[in-house]
Amino acid sequence: MKSLEELKAIRDKMKNTVNIREENSDKIRVVVGMATCGIAAGARPVLSAFTEEVAKRNLGNVTVSQTGCIGICQYEPVVEVYEADGSKTTYIKMTADKVAKVVTDHLVNGNVVKEYTVANM
Amino acid sequence: MQELSLNVLDIAQNSIRAGADLITIRVEERTADHFMEISVSDNGCGMSEEQVARVKDPFFTTRTTRKVGLGVPLFRMSAESTGGSFDIESKLGVGTTTTARYFTDHLDMLPLGDMTATMTSLISVNPDLDFIYVRSVDDQSFTLDTRELRAVLEGVPLNTPDVLIFIRDMIDENTAALTV
Repeated sequence: MKSLEELKAIRDKMKNTVNIREENSDKIRVVVGMATCGIAAGARPVLSAFTEEVAKRNLGNVTVSQTGCIGICQYEPVVEVYEADGSKTTYIKMTADKVAKVVTDHLVNGNVVKEYTVANM
Repeated sequence: MQELSLNVLDIAQNSIRAGADLITIRVEERTADHFMEISVSDNGCGMSEEQVARVKDPFFTTRTTRKVGLGVPLFRMSAESTGGSFDIESKLGVGTTTTARYFTDHLDMLPLGDMTATMTSLISVNPDLDFIYVRSVDDQSFTLDTRELRAVLEGVPLNTPDVLIFIRDMIDENTAALTV
């Protein structure tokens, strides 16, 4: 069973790295739509996949957060990516399987995955 | 919704929008009675009596981006279709408790599904809010309280990847031990 002792060890390990994350200014925000429409369409595994992929690649400049319904329910799960320069990309009909490509191509290498975007509809 | 844990995730969004900073989710089962109760309570802004009456109506929503609000009606339907019941208690300035009761041996009973994923999703995107998750089966129970974890973490965010993995494993291990 997990114990709080184990959590203390994680805390001590993280205390050194947290500062590095905070100082990183080139923030990219990944926002997953988590209203009724998004959740019913499969937003939860998409959110988990982003959290896991960003953690696995140790992308300290990326934050994953949630929003409500943005009004295009028929295209859910919808994920918006906001970059440091203010530009926004809207990915639609996302699945957990598509997440790795968005993370690699877009978040790491800066190339929007056009075939998953709303512009491609 | 394909599983009840998704309804819980959805209903908890209402608590978040109500400005709650403590959200308590309980899933309690009495196997001999084939009975399960799920409740989501918060210390958010609460609702007036009129709003509580209208919130069960799918064509009522406080939102302006669309005209329907299906979260509460879907949760209600999931319970009532098993012969169970549904309640919302709310007080302005105090908070809201939404409760759904199920007869688990009914043909239309949906699976509870992945509550661990629901809890870790909620914590990962709301690291500044506190969550209590109580899961009980008969006389055995497990409680996760992020306030206790936060006290140990001394400022390390709850949504730090390693912490989230710890929370996920902690919920999985403890809730697996409940089901015989």
